[in-house]
Amino acid sequence: MLNAVEISNLTVKYPEVVALDDVSFVIEQGDFLGIIGPNGAGKSTLFDSMLGLNTTYTGTIKFFDEDIKKSKTYHQEIGYVPQKPEFESNFPATVSDVVRMGLRKKSDDKKVDEILQQLMLHELRDRRIGALSGGQLQRVFIAKALVHDPKILILDEPNTGVDQQSINLFFGILKELNSKQGITIIWSSHDLDAVNKLANHVACLNRTLFFHGESEKFFSDDDLVKQYSEASMQEHMHHH
Amino acid sequence: MSFEILTYGFMHRAIIAGSVIAILCSVMGLFLVLRRYSLFGDALAHSSFGGIALGLFAGIYPLWTAYGVSIVSALIITKVKTRYNISGDASIAVLLSSGIAAGLVIISFSGGFTLDIFSFLFGSILLVSVDDTIAIVALAGAILMIILLLFRQILYSTFNEKQAKVSGIPVEKINYLLIILAGLTVVTSIQLVGVLLISALFVIPNVTAIMYGRSFKQTMLISMSFSVFSVVAGILISYVFDITPAGTIVLFSVAILAVTMGIKSSGLLSKS
Repeated sequence: MLNAVEISNLTVKYPEVVALDDVSFVIEQGDFLGIIGPNGAGKSTLFDSMLGLNTTYTGTIKFFDEDIKKSKTYHQEIGYVPQKPEFESNFPATVSDVVRMGLRKKSDDKKVDEILQQLMLHELRDRRIGALSGGQLQRVFIAKALVHDPKILILDEPNTGVDQQSINLFFGILKELNSKQGITIIWSSHDLDAVNKLANHVACLNRTLFFHGESEKFFSDDDLVKQYSEASMQEHMHHH
Repeated sequence: MSFEILTYGFMHRAIIAGSVIAILCSVMGLFLVLRRYSLFGDALAHSSFGGIALGLFAGIYPLWTAYGVSIVSALIITKVKTRYNISGDASIAVLLSSGIAAGLVIISFSGGFTLDIFSFLFGSILLVSVDDTIAIVALAGAILMIILLLFRQILYSTFNEKQAKVSGIPVEKINYLLIILAGLTVVTSIQLVGVLLISALFVIPNVTAIMYGRSFKQTMLISMSFSVFSVVAGILISYVFDITPAGTIVLFSVAILAVTMGIKSSGLLSKS
C-alpha cells in the first residue's frame, strides 16, 4: 500500500531561525496522527509546507508517492480545516454555500446534502454563516474540507475557543471518519490528553522531530512524556 | 408623467444600456466590496479619466485609451500593493490622484475642458448610440460569462484566499483576472454615470443587498434588482424633470439604502 505522506529531510530556514531541521517521517494510510509540540516548534511551518503555502523548503514532501512540487493534483487528496474559520462577518453566504465552495469541480448538490447530514448541519443549511456558534462553524469548515472526498484530512489546532460539548462532538466525528471511512487524519494539537485518546500515532516536533511512532508507545513511556513536557515548559519560559 | 417618453429610441437605448451596466456593476461590485476593495472602482475610474484625456488629445476614440489605461493601472495597483507592502487604501489614493492629475495636464495641453470631457465626467446615458449600446451589451455579456465560468474560484478566493489556495485554486491569477475585469467594467460603465460616480454603482446596491440576502446568489440578485430599478427610475425621472441622470440614479440607490437601514434598525430585518 502507498504511504499517504512521506516527508524526507524537510528543512525550512527563515532569516533569523531554522524553523524545521531535517525532519523525516512517514504517515501511512489510515493513520490518525497527532502532531504535538510547543509554540514555535514549527507545526505551522510543517503544515504550510504540506499544503503548498510555503515552497521555500529543502527536502521532499510526497503525497501518495507524488512530490507535491511536481504534482498538480495532490490538492484533490487533501481536506484542510484551518485553526480559525476566518471570513468577513457579514459575508452573504449560507452554510450550504460555504460547503459547496469545497467542491473541486462541477456542482454536486447530492454530495453537499450528504455531508451536511453526516455532520448534523442539515437543519442549518440555509442559515447565514455569520449567525453560527463556534462549534457549528467548526463543523461547517470540516464539511467544506470533506465534500470533495479527500483521502487525507489536515486539521490545524482546531478546537480553540469552542465549548466542551462541541469539542466532544467534533472528536466523535474525527474518530468516525478515521475508523469507518478510513480517512487519514493529520491533526496538530496542544491538548496531550485528547491526542492520547484519539490518535493512534504521535509526532513530537520541536524544530527537529524528537519522536514519531505509535501513541501508546509515547504515552506509556513516562520518560518521553516528561522530556516532552520539559521541552514545552522551557520553550514556554523562553517565550515569556 | 406621460408614457410618450417610453417610445423614444434614445430612451430605449438608455434603458437597455443602463440596465446591462447596472447588472454588471452589481456583480463585479459584490466581489470588490467583500474583498474590502470598495474604492477600487473609484480609483480605476479616475485613472481612466487620464486615458480619456489622452484619447481626446491624440485623436483616438477616448474609451479605447481609457480601457488601456484602466487595465494597466489595475495591474500596477495590485503589483505595488503586494511588492512594496503599501496598504490598499493608500495605493488607491495614489492611483486615483495620479489619474486625475495626468488627465488635467493632458487637457490643458489640448486647450482646456470641452463638452466631451464633461460627458465622460458626469455620464451621457441619454446620448448612447446604437453602436454604443451593442458594444456595452456585448462586453458586459463577455465579462459576466467569464465570471460565471469561474464563479466558484472567484467566490472561494473572495471568501478566504488561504483556504482557496489550499484547495488548488490559482488565487493570484484569479485576483489579477478579477481586477482586469473590474477595469473593463469601469470603462464600459462610464457612459452611464461618468467617472465621478461609478463607484456608487459598485458599492451602494451591494451594501444594501448584503443586509437582505442570505445566500450569495440571493444577495447578488437583490443587488441587481435594486441597481436596475435605480437606473431605470433615475433615467425616467431625470428626463421628466430635466435634471442630471447620473446624480438621480445614484440618489435613488442611496434612498433604497437609507430605507433599508431604517427597516433594519427597526428590527424588522433579522441577520440570519
